[in-house]
Amino acid sequence: MSKPRLVLIGNGMAGVRTVEELLKIKPDHYDITIFGAEPHPNYNRILLSPVLAGEMQVKDIILNELDWYAENNIKLHTGKQIKTIDRVKRKVIAEDGTEEEYDRLLIATGSTPFMLPIPGNDLPGVIGYRDIKDTDEMIDAATRHKHAVVIGGGLLGLEAANGLKLRGMDVTVVHLGPWLLERQLDEVAGKMLQKSLEDKGLKFLLQTQTEALIQGESGRVAAIRFKDGLQIPADLVVMAAGIRPNYALAEKSGIYCNRGIVVNDTMQTYDPKIYAVGECVSHRGIAYGLVAPLFEQAKVAANHLAGYGIGRYTGSVTSTKLKVTGIDLFSAGEFMGGEGYEEIILNDPYGGVYKKLVIKENKLVGGVMYGDTADGPWYFQLLKDKRDIHDMRDALIFGQSLVGDVGHAGNSKAAEMADSAEVCGCNGVTKGTIVKAIKEKGLFTLDEVKKHTKAASSCGSCAGLVEQILASTIGGAYTPAALDSKPICGCTDHSHKAVREAIVSRHLTTKEAVFEALEWKTPNGCDKCRPAINYYLISSHPHEAKDDPQSRFINERAHANIQKDGTYSVVPRMWGGLTTPAELRAIADAAEKYNVPTVKVTGGQRIDLLGVKKEDLPAMWADLNAAGMVSGHAYGKSIRTVKTCVGAEHCRFGTQRSMDMGVKLEKMLFDMYSPHKVKLAVSGCPRNCAEAGIKDVGVIGVDSGYELYIGGNGGIKTEVAQFLCKVKTDEEVMEYSGAFLQLYREEGWYLERTCHYMERVGLDYIKSKILEDEEGRKAYYQRLLDSLKDAKDPWETSRAAQPVKQFIPIKLEA
Amino acid sequence: MSNWKLICPLEDIPQLGSRVVQRATGGDIAIFRNASDEVFALHDKCPHKNGPLSQGIVHGKRVTCPLHGWNIGLEDGHAVAPDVGSCGKFEVKVENGMVMLAV
Repeated sequence: MSKPRLVLIGNGMAGVRTVEELLKIKPDHYDITIFGAEPHPNYNRILLSPVLAGEMQVKDIILNELDWYAENNIKLHTGKQIKTIDRVKRKVIAEDGTEEEYDRLLIATGSTPFMLPIPGNDLPGVIGYRDIKDTDEMIDAATRHKHAVVIGGGLLGLEAANGLKLRGMDVTVVHLGPWLLERQLDEVAGKMLQKSLEDKGLKFLLQTQTEALIQGESGRVAAIRFKDGLQIPADLVVMAAGIRPNYALAEKSGIYCNRGIVVNDTMQTYDPKIYAVGECVSHRGIAYGLVAPLFEQAKVAANHLAGYGIGRYTGSVTSTKLKVTGIDLFSAGEFMGGEGYEEIILNDPYGGVYKKLVIKENKLVGGVMYGDTADGPWYFQLLKDKRDIHDMRDALIFGQSLVGDVGHAGNSKAAEMADSAEVCGCNGVTKGTIVKAIKEKGLFTLDEVKKHTKAASSCGSCAGLVEQILASTIGGAYTPAALDSKPICGCTDHSHKAVREAIVSRHLTTKEAVFEALEWKTPNGCDKCRPAINYYLISSHPHEAKDDPQSRFINERAHANIQKDGTYSVVPRMWGGLTTPAELRAIADAAEKYNVPTVKVTGGQRIDLLGVKKEDLPAMWADLNAAGMVSGHAYGKSIRTVKTCVGAEHCRFGTQRSMDMGVKLEKMLFDMYSPHKVKLAVSGCPRNCAEAGIKDVGVIGVDSGYELYIGGNGGIKTEVAQFLCKVKTDEEVMEYSGAFLQLYREEGWYLERTCHYMERVGLDYIKSKILEDEEGRKAYYQRLLDSLKDAKDPWETSRAAQPVKQFIPIKLEA
Repeated sequence: MSNWKLICPLEDIPQLGSRVVQRATGGDIAIFRNASDEVFALHDKCPHKNGPLSQGIVHGKRVTCPLHGWNIGLEDGHAVAPDVGSCGKFEVKVENGMVMLAV
């Protein structure tokens, strides 16, 4: 049977992106044909401005080379404009007579520049600014003519003006509004922008209306006259007074249009066989002119074209960056503020920095930044996530690094970094490598950068910085996905949140049930989603859902840490960091018996036996078990250690019996699996020798009881634990910390540490659950105890069960 | 002509899991079993930094190396793009419930 045919009208960013998304999720489903009116393969229209400014070449901005079309068996017609869509016979006809039949049609005809209806608007030398042809014409005009006038002080107009200026023309920008970019900037930022552009030599005529364009002797445009009578010379006039969705073809074919091709949330037009995406579309009454929303639309359209039928496009919040080298501005959301809004403003006119954040009901709803935009993507993320910013409000305006939201690497601003500077310390990736990959491979998302460069793919602490580099390299095309809706991995469109909710509300108890209910795209997931699902299953349905060892990372299957040479490290548990001569003797014996090359004391007050062969693990466990020791879980997304100081038992300063308390906590939490590793510490006095300030739960003894701190982290990003509350008794320490950890177990996303979880939901939220709701706290605590009630030593269980076979290699006789 | 060696019963390899076969010379071989009971055999060395692929997570027709997360195709031993590299593959089959490896 032959494949259904998909025809795409419009070989631009939105349409081709849809095809790419489609090929990703359902390759070979359609025979695909693409029509493009331009003679080029798909290129990055956003980067025309750098081309005009001489910073890039046309070849640098091609997104899909001709080879790509060939490799994917796509029939490409370039330079052919479609004249008619015959919806009855389901075929499209190009101006040169080329016909293609379709089963599904995708319209992505984009937009056209709005040409002011004034006399002379069709003269030679009067152009819009839309494509490579326009750009070439401007570059050409700059070599032969002197005076350029750009009509429109919006993003496109300013970028065109800047480019023409750099190419040596004398440029005047004519703008109807009271200040530049009035749809993106407030008055202060608009004026600052104008000042810096004037310093670059541009001239501005604001609140000025054009009356006519005047022809010169050569037949080309020669001057421009305004309503107030002023007339200035103009050999080149660029109309950048807005764009209009290009829907003439669709309208002529009888598809319902209203200032754009009207589509529903699945990007389908009123003709069910026809979909539309991009700037030509009117979705819920809005036609988007920025690239980020178009990519979201592409994803949804692809999903429906593939026949999966999941995903809806519900509109986008957009943000703006101006691509004029040397000028940084960023705006997003409801940046104007006014009545009913609160504003935080930082204004340093001499330093050339202006930042305004608009807040409503403790949430960031908009912002404008001028001069220092490094934190733009971060603010935008807060805005999209609708994060409660109450707890960081006082430092918010100073940006991410002061709020302490990024790791060591985030302190340097992405844009200022040298190309040779290392961004990802784990994989040795420099900024230059990342920028090169983004440009050459046409990368748009953090995930793509991770895949191609490996940056941020190990510990992830540089992810924020990589996002900044991405944002500064591709400008407005970059949009961080809202955390809540980021898919877990390529196997699904569902987020961690959606998957866990489905597991709980639909009572799914096996990974197969999850794959089926949520229509996984791969037969059995991947190394990213399977461990997450396994965790959600066993944490949501304790004692009911069965643990799936094959969905666990090797460390949790082998109950030991894999090392670079394939050997393992074994850490027996020492409750609260306490041990005995007998235990030490057993550890020493095991180390000698199994030829352990390295014995090391760990940061968590344990002894690590490194370099054990996998086949020796079961026997070694048996020896250690015989001496009364159990697994230290030093390998798991689980309770790791409870560190203690000696405390009131011995110390002359000790106020509380910290060793006792630590042992009690560690016994309570034994074998607890969690979204990520969990470490605790108990100090007997505020001198805090157990370093409780950088633990997931830190307990500090004081004379009258204990202080509890949560969400600390001593690793990738050093994060000081936040004060939760003060309690009096040991029992309360167990109840409060147990309840907090259970809350984290139920709500934290897989591989999210407590500090990240807390950053996401806010300390106030945690307090409302743990401190203000006594019944709720007791219920969390009880659920924790219930799920851990018959915890067993994984070493012992593993030795007893069949899988021990897997530890033993099969010897092949030569 | 291939010399088929009997390795183990299929049940001795867990679904979405693997076993290691040690050879006198030439390095270890990892035998994988996927969810549809197909078996594959690769040199137990990731082309990246020699990680033991046998210890990775098996999904579809791929295995993810436990050391740095490279994905290797089980059928051809090639790293999944954008990573580049490949490791040796071996003929393996199941006959009457027994796994046989060509050496």
